[in-house]
This record gives sequence, structure tokens and C-alpha cells, in this order.
Amino acid sequence: MARMVTTRNKVISTAAAWLVGFLIFFPILWMVLASFKTELEAFAIPPSFLFFHWTTENYVTVQERSDYLHHALNSIVIAGGSTLIAMLIAIPAAWSMAFSPTKRTKDILLWMLSTKMMPPVGVLVPIYLIYRNFGLLDTRSGLIFILCLGNLPIVIWMLFTYFKEIPKDILEAARMDGATIGRELIYVLTPMAVPGLASTLLLNLILAWNEAFWTLNLSTLEAAPLTVFIASYSSPEGLFWAKLSAASTLAIAPILVLGWFSQRQLVRGLTFGAVK
Amino acid sequence: MATQQTQLLARTLLTPAVALLFIWMIVPLALTIYFATLHYNLLDPGSESFVGLENFRYFLTDPAFLASLQNTLVLVGSVLAITIILGVPLALLLDQQVVGLSIVRLMVIAPFFVMPTVSALVWKNLLMHPVSGLFAWIAHLFGLPAIDWFNDAPLFSVILIISWQWLPFATLILLTALQSLDEEQKEAAEMDGASAISTFIYITLPHLARPITVVILIETIFLLTVFAEIFVTTGGGPGLQTTNIAFLIYSQALIQYDVGSASAGGLVAVVLANIVAFFLVRIVGRNLEA
Repeated sequence: MARMVTTRNKVISTAAAWLVGFLIFFPILWMVLASFKTELEAFAIPPSFLFFHWTTENYVTVQERSDYLHHALNSIVIAGGSTLIAMLIAIPAAWSMAFSPTKRTKDILLWMLSTKMMPPVGVLVPIYLIYRNFGLLDTRSGLIFILCLGNLPIVIWMLFTYFKEIPKDILEAARMDGATIGRELIYVLTPMAVPGLASTLLLNLILAWNEAFWTLNLSTLEAAPLTVFIASYSSPEGLFWAKLSAASTLAIAPILVLGWFSQRQLVRGLTFGAVK
Repeated sequence: MATQQTQLLARTLLTPAVALLFIWMIVPLALTIYFATLHYNLLDPGSESFVGLENFRYFLTDPAFLASLQNTLVLVGSVLAITIILGVPLALLLDQQVVGLSIVRLMVIAPFFVMPTVSALVWKNLLMHPVSGLFAWIAHLFGLPAIDWFNDAPLFSVILIISWQWLPFATLILLTALQSLDEEQKEAAEMDGASAISTFIYITLPHLARPITVVILIETIFLLTVFAEIFVTTGGGPGLQTTNIAFLIYSQALIQYDVGSASAGGLVAVVLANIVAFFLVRIVGRNLEA
């Protein structure tokens, strides 16, 4: 039996929810609006909300003056590369723990989780020195490597919780029918695992794209992804708000779209299955 | 029944991940411990010497350490309090019948997907700037003096920005938990004449205890090492007012090039995080059994 909800209650909660949602979203909206203003209008007082001279000039300038695309490409390569490599390492591991668990599986999983608890700043010094000595500072491969390791525990955990939900009976049946492990993997498991794989991929792309500790500390120019590029706007305070906004809008747009798709999986991925 | 062959295969598949994570955990940590016992400054190469626990004594008695420890605790505590005190009612609101809920939910979750450097700079400039920021204009509308956020209340400003980033996370997790709450239980309580408030206190709140714990632990792990937001807004200042442990270690390592002292600080951070991790791992582990 559904609970009766009066129309009045519905109107009130709808209004309240929209108001709160709008307030929370407002800084992003304000930034997007500022990106279409001229620099003068962007910090004019009183501010204009909609009736300003709309322009796309900032987007052009950001690319011309600071080579936005170079940093965007770095972001794509670093986030994409680290995620893909992490998936390649994690899929076999998660598969093995979900389908051939041993007495130690739980301990291994919790140990993997605990490596994620290590604060990056605790190992900043040795990583920085190792990178310096091996010429990995400000290189894409250096960042791919570190982000891959940093996210590996989350990737394994997410995949594990998804694989765990695939009914074992199906595997038994396939084995009874004489399927080899290879066939079992390709024809039985893969189709059932695709949704889990996709959401793991998405969430980790987002995490890697937004990662702002290692990227800020280990890259400066050549390999600098968008997080570092945006940070470079922190020095000339007050002068380039419209351009800062344009660069920021471009930097977060793709991830907002991906994030909206994966919001349900987000909870599961970030709580290690503790909240579903 | 798993055959020996599949067991062997399973182990082979697991090995690369375990080996990588093991190296990732052991090597940098061992180096950090080693460096922490050395006098080692990058500006003064060749002068490395063993100093035992001297770096720890130096780091722990440095007034900057106490200040940054205090800032870290205030920051973590405040953000936790704000995100949960606002997150619970917000999750309850989104759990109601709301027209256009999916759009509202998108708006609420959005800040979580914004990269930290963008959130920090947009808040600092477009909203909190003492002359041209939107907040200054709003204060002006009400005839109030504008607040010079990053000078008058630097730590609070940083807390505000970080709370905005983490409120969606808390809300989303609490909402997910609320949606798994049994409707019938609530109905039964209502039929028995329980008021909305007592339903909340005796049914909803106990149900939220676990997700709230999870939110607290996970946020703490991330908040203990907040870095980018401080890096692009205040640079730890004015003075030490917004320097947390992570930023202190960063500045000792990459600004003063004092490897020994920064390593000692790094170990302090590891210990702090492990206290939290201990509890989080237990909660997650208990869930694995179920």
C-alpha cells in the first residue's frame, strides 16, 4: 500500500527540493555564465545575471593564449591510460577472488583497501625523489603510473562487488556442459559483467580526471593535466575571471556528463560496498 | 568444486595486483622511514647523515606542527559536521515525492564532480572576492559590510568550499540508505499513531547510523589530506592559518627541500590516517561476511 501523500505536501517538498538544488548548483551555473561574459562584465558590480553581452571570445582566447587543448589531451591520456591499465590488472584479480575465493580472500581484500588509506602526502617525498632520479617528473607516463596504483584498490573492490553478484549456478552449468575456462570467460561471464565493468570504468575515469594531489606535485607544464592548468589561474587574481570560467567550464563539462550517468554506482564504488 | 587447475589459475590471476600493491605500499613507506632518520636537504647535497629521531623531535616540537594539527582537526571536524547536519535533512527531502526529482538530484550531486582546483578558484574569485564577488554584492544589498573572506576568516573559507564539495557525497550516500529503508516499517509505525518526529527518531535515524558512520570515515580519510583547495586559494596562509598537515609536509619537502623533516611529518600523517582506517576497515569487513 502506497502511503497517501497530500498534494500540499508534494508542492512544498517539490519547491523546497528545487530551491535547495538550485542553491547547491548555483556556483557552477554562475561560473558557466561568467564564461560567456567579457572580462569587465565578469567582475562588474552589480553583477548581471542574464542580460549581458554574450560572447564566446573567452573560449577562443583560452586556447590561443594558453594551449588549452594540450592540457586537455594530457588529462585524457592520463585519466584514460591510468584507468585502462588499472582495469587490466584488476579484472583478473577481482575475477579470481569472486569466483575462486580462498580462506585468505577476505584478508587480501581488506589489505588492498588499507593501501588506499595511505595518505599520499605520507609518501610524497620518496615518490618525488624516485621520479626526479628516473626522469619521471612532469611526464605523462609517470602520472599514469601513480594514478593507476592509487586507484587500483577501488577498481578491484568495485569489480569484486559486481562479479560477486553474478550467480555461480550459471558457471556450474556451463562447466557441466564442458565449457573450458576460456569459453566460460568469454561467453558466460563477460556479457553479465559488462554493466559492472562500465560503471567501474566511468567512476575511475572521474576520479583520475579530478585527481589534484599527484598531478599538482609531479607535473608543471609538459604533462600538466587540466587540474594543474586551472591552478595556474590562481596567481593573477581578479584579472581573468571570464577566462578562468571558460577554461573551468571546459574542464568539468565532460566529467559532469559522465558523473551524472554513473551517480548510482558512485555510492557503491566510494563506500567499498558498505552502502548499497 | 574448484579443481586444482582453476585454483592455480586463480592464484596466477591475483598475483600481479597483489604484487603491485605490495610494492606500492612497502617501498615508498620504507623510504619515508629511512629518510626520516636522516639529515637530508636537497639544497645541501652530500651532507646526508644519520640523525636518529632528531627529525621527529624537530617536526613534533615545531610550533607549525601544532598549528597545522589543530587546523587539520578543525577542518576535518567542521566539514564532517556541516556535511552531515545538512546532508541528513537534504537526503530526507530528496526521499519525498518531488516533481522532477532526477533533475534536482543532478543539481545536488554536481559539485562532487568538479575538480578541486576549479571549485576552489571559482569560490575564491567569483563568489568570495571582497569587492567584486557575488557574496559581497549580496551583503551590500542588505546594507551589510562585505566580508574579506580569505583575510578575515581564511580557514572558515576553505571549510566552506570543501563542505560544498562533500555535501553531495554525504547526501547521496544517505539518500541511497534511506531508499533501502523498508516502507512497510514506516507505515506500520504511522498506523500505530507514531508522529513524524518519533518515526524519524526511532526508525529512520537508527537506520542511518551505519551510513553516517561510513560517510564520517570515508570523508575523514580524504579530508585529512586536503591539499589542492589550500594550494590554489591561500597557500597555507595568512601565516599558518590555513596550513594543514598535508600542506605543511608539502612545503617542507618541495619548498624548503628538507627531506628528513618532511618524511618524519609524512609518517605522522600515515599514523593519523591509520587510526581512522582501522575503524573503516572493520566496518567494511563486517559487511563482507553478510
